[in-house]
Amino acid sequence: MGSFDFDRWSYRLVLGALGAIALTIMVAPVIVVLVISFTADNAMRFPPSGFSLRWYEALLDTVASSQIHRAALNTIQVGLWATAIGTVLALLAGLALARRRGPGARTADTLFVTPLLLPQIAFAVAALVFFSLIGFDAAKPAVIIGHIVVCVPLAYKTISASLSQLDPALLESSSSLGAGRLRTFRRITLPIILPGIAAGAFLLFMASKDNVAVSLFLSDARTNMLPIRMWQMMEGTLDVRVAAVSGVLIFATLALMLVMERLVRISERVS
Amino acid sequence: MAGSITTPEAGRSDRMLLLAPMLMFFGAFFLAPLLLLVVVSFTNDQEMTILGTAQYEKFLSDPFNWRVLSETILLGVKVVACTTVLAFPIAILFVQAGPRLRRFLLMLILLPLLTSVVVRTFAWIVILAREGVVNSVLLSLGIIGAPLQLLHTELGLIIALMQIELPLMLLPLVSVLSRLDPNLIAASQALGAGSWRTLRRVILPLSLPGYAAGVLLVFASATAAFVSQSVIGGGRLIYMPVFVYQQATTLFNWPFAAAISVILVVAISMVALGVNHLGRTARGNIHG
Repeated sequence: MGSFDFDRWSYRLVLGALGAIALTIMVAPVIVVLVISFTADNAMRFPPSGFSLRWYEALLDTVASSQIHRAALNTIQVGLWATAIGTVLALLAGLALARRRGPGARTADTLFVTPLLLPQIAFAVAALVFFSLIGFDAAKPAVIIGHIVVCVPLAYKTISASLSQLDPALLESSSSLGAGRLRTFRRITLPIILPGIAAGAFLLFMASKDNVAVSLFLSDARTNMLPIRMWQMMEGTLDVRVAAVSGVLIFATLALMLVMERLVRISERVS
Repeated sequence: MAGSITTPEAGRSDRMLLLAPMLMFFGAFFLAPLLLLVVVSFTNDQEMTILGTAQYEKFLSDPFNWRVLSETILLGVKVVACTTVLAFPIAILFVQAGPRLRRFLLMLILLPLLTSVVVRTFAWIVILAREGVVNSVLLSLGIIGAPLQLLHTELGLIIALMQIELPLMLLPLVSVLSRLDPNLIAASQALGAGSWRTLRRVILPLSLPGYAAGVLLVFASATAAFVSQSVIGGGRLIYMPVFVYQQATTLFNWPFAAAISVILVVAISMVALGVNHLGRTARGNIHG
C-alpha cells in the first residue's frame, strides 16, 4: 500500500489548485473592496497605509454626497415598485401554469424566462425606442416597467419551482372537505409556497437594484440610479467614495443573504 | 365541486384570468418593443420613415463590424472554456462535501450573483490596475520587474468576467452532480479505474446536461456583459453591446443600433440552439 499513488495525488493536486483559483476569483474582489473602503489614504492603494472611516463619513455628508443619496433613494423606490408588481405578476402566472404540460403553457413558460438569456442591451434599446415612439416620457415608471421585464423571470422561476413541489393531494382533500378555491389558496397553497414567494421577491429586488443596462437607457438626469451614479464616479477621477458605497452595498447584501438563508434557505432556491 | 385554483381541475377561464396580467405585461412591454426593434432595424434613415435593408448592408459591408462581432463571439467562447476548467473542481468538491460545507460553498457561489455588477467591476479595477493588487504583489515578490498591463486587455476582462460566470456555470452543474449516484464513482474505482479515468469516463459524461445549461448561461452572459466589457475592456476593445450603446446614445442612430442588436441576438440564439442540440444529444446518449 504505502507506495506513492501518482494518479490519486496528481488528481487531488490539480483539482485542489484549480478549485482554489476559482474560489479566489469569486470571493477575493469582495474582500479587497471591503478593505479599501476603510482606507485612510486619499487615493486607492492596496494595502492601505492606514485605516479610517473617513470615506463612510464623506458618504454621510448631506451636501457633498446629495447626488449619491438621491440616486440611492431612486434605486430603492424603483426596486420596491418593481418587486411589488413583478412578484404579483409572477405569482399569478405561476399559479396558472403550475403542473401544465400543454404546448400553450410551455410557450408561456419559455416566454417568461426569455429575458434572462436575451442581451439586456438589446431590450434596453428596444424599450427606449418603444417608449419614445409612443410618447411615454415619464422616466421613473418606464424604468420600473423595464426592470420588471428583465428581473421578473427570477421571481417567476423561483415561485414556479416551489409550486411544483406542492402536493396536489393536499389541494384535493382541502376542496373535497368543502373549502372554496380562495380558502384553499389562503389556507393551504399560500403558507406552503410563501418561502418561495419571499425568495423570488428578494432575487427580483436584488436584480433591480443592480441593473445597469435598462436604467442607462430609460432613466433621465432626475431619476439617476445608484449603479449609474457609481459608474460615473468610477469613470471620472476614481472617487474613493465609490469604495464606501460598495462597502455599504456589500454589507447590506451579506446581511440580507444571511437573513434570507435563515428564513427561506435562499441557497437552495437559486438555480 | 369546483377544484382549487391550482389543481388540474381548475377551469380554463380561471387559468386564463390568472395568466392574463403577466401575458399582457409581456406582450405590451417585452414583445412589442422587440418587434418594434426589428422593424426599426429595417429602416434606412435616422427618422425611421423609409423601409429597407440599408442598416444590415452597412453592418455587413464593413470589416470592422465583422471583427467586433467575431471578437464578441470569441470572448464568449474563451470565457466558457476558462469557466469549464475552473468550475468542475468546485462542483466535484461540492458533491463530495458534507451538508455544512455544501451550504457554505453555496453561499460563496451565491455571493458574486448578488453583488452589484458595478461593485464587481470596481473591485477588478483595484485588483488589475498598474498599481493594483496583482502588480504590487508580483513586484514585491520580484516575479516581475515592471508592472503588467492587465486592465484594458482581453485577459483582464476574461478574469473579471469569471467572477460572475463561475456561479452561473456552477449552479446547474452542482444540481446535476448532486443527483449523481455516489456508488457509480465507487464502482468505477473498485473496478480499477484511477481518479482521472473515473473523471473522464463517469463524472464528465454524466454531468453533460447540467454543463450544457451552464454553457448557455455563461455564453449569453459573457457576450452581453456590457459594464465589464466597457470598463475593464476599455476604449480599445469594442464588443457588440458597447457598439450598440455608442450608436444609440452618443450618435442617436437608432436604426443602426437596432440592427446591431438584432444581429447580436441572432448570433447568440444560433450558438444557444447549437449548444441546446448538443446537450439533448448528450442526454439521449446517457439514457438511451
